[in-house]
Amino acid sequence: MSEAAPAIASDARPRLPRGVRLLHSEAQGGWVLLAPERVFKADAIAAEIVKRCTGEATLAAIVDDLAKSFNAPRERVLADVTAMLRGLADKKLLEL
Amino acid sequence: MAENAHAPLHTPLGLLAELTHRCPLGCPYCSNPLTLDPRERELDTASWARVFGEAAALGVLQVHLSGGEPAARRDLVALTTAAHAAGLYTNLITSAVGVTPQILDQLAAAGLDHVQISIQDSEPESADRIAGYAGAFTRKRALAAEVTRLKIPLTINVVVHRANIERIAEMVELALSLGASRVEIAHVQYYGWALQNRARLMPSAAQVARAAETVEALRRRHHGEIVIDAVVPDYYARLPKPCVGGWGRRSLNVTPAGKVLPCHAAESIPGLEFWSVREHSLAEIWKNSPAFNAFRGSSWMQEPCRGCARRDVDFGGCRCQAFALTGDARATDPVCHLAPAHNEVAALAAIQEDAPYAYRRM
Repeated sequence: MSEAAPAIASDARPRLPRGVRLLHSEAQGGWVLLAPERVFKADAIAAEIVKRCTGEATLAAIVDDLAKSFNAPRERVLADVTAMLRGLADKKLLEL
Repeated sequence: MAENAHAPLHTPLGLLAELTHRCPLGCPYCSNPLTLDPRERELDTASWARVFGEAAALGVLQVHLSGGEPAARRDLVALTTAAHAAGLYTNLITSAVGVTPQILDQLAAAGLDHVQISIQDSEPESADRIAGYAGAFTRKRALAAEVTRLKIPLTINVVVHRANIERIAEMVELALSLGASRVEIAHVQYYGWALQNRARLMPSAAQVARAAETVEALRRRHHGEIVIDAVVPDYYARLPKPCVGGWGRRSLNVTPAGKVLPCHAAESIPGLEFWSVREHSLAEIWKNSPAFNAFRGSSWMQEPCRGCARRDVDFGGCRCQAFALTGDARATDPVCHLAPAHNEVAALAAIQEDAPYAYRRM
């Protein structure tokens, strides 16, 4: 994973497809992403990113928001978010 | 069992709800037990609704509505509604036969999250012969089209064996053309009906090796386009599968009559005491039923499992397979290259016979 993930257009509006849901489960002790016959545990940061993938917000807006909320350098946030969203899209867990 | 009392109790993620054993198909590798529950012993709608609520309270996230053919139940829509209302992610596992477009519309409205359709082959004639049902293939194509029209995510499940293993690429292409976002390439697992038909289903070592290469090539070619999940062919493996993610760790299976099993084949192990949802809550069963506690933790293990570095990775493999092949459910799964009985697996795989299938019938 040392290679940078291919860029995503800054005006893309990522969203979870039908059949994929982010859920907080007390019993499972945190955030989980439910998908067809699969369950992925999501850490707090991943959950913050996925929560913003509503199909309304653009990638640029999501990155701005995260950089501001977590007081982190925008470049770094963009790289992390791009890598994560690309990984989710490859697994058919996200639409770009 | 003293040590097991201290084995950490995990929270289950999935519930396999075998709504009925009735099925119009007769696939010779069916994972249902040889002794099928008759219709009059099936749980009623209200009991299933209670079980779904108890499952959600226990922490279960996904319910797999399966069978038999779940559409053989007239209350399938009501059951799906109940599972959805309990907050569960609902997955319909179907042969497609009996799911009309009207029923699918109602299921979609009831909150169905995902559909899995089995396909027996990419060649219609062969597919119908394997299913033991003329016209099944055409119905599967038709239902898949309806599923994607309703924008419900679709998985195509393909069980692989000697009669179709040469067409894995064609079957993945078919899944793509049907609009599936995921395809499961599952080599036959030899329990129940499949064990009866083992010699007639078993592929050759060369076929299995080619199949593995084909799957890798398909994954590269279709990366990002379709998810390809593969279940390894046990009899040709060196390491055993961590069956159901470990006994009593991640999932439960409720039979049509209400018995709760750690895995769908668990009844093949004699001497296990299963509890029923008719007498106990799911939480009680998960925690205290003798069958669930029988192989939790590691105190039940023998050598070479007990001292093995992979003890907590594959949990000694599959208990049902250990019993089926050695007569001892506590033995190391013979698929493991370290198992005393490992060489016998290759000998069993070498027994291949071209004869008519023993179809699964009630």
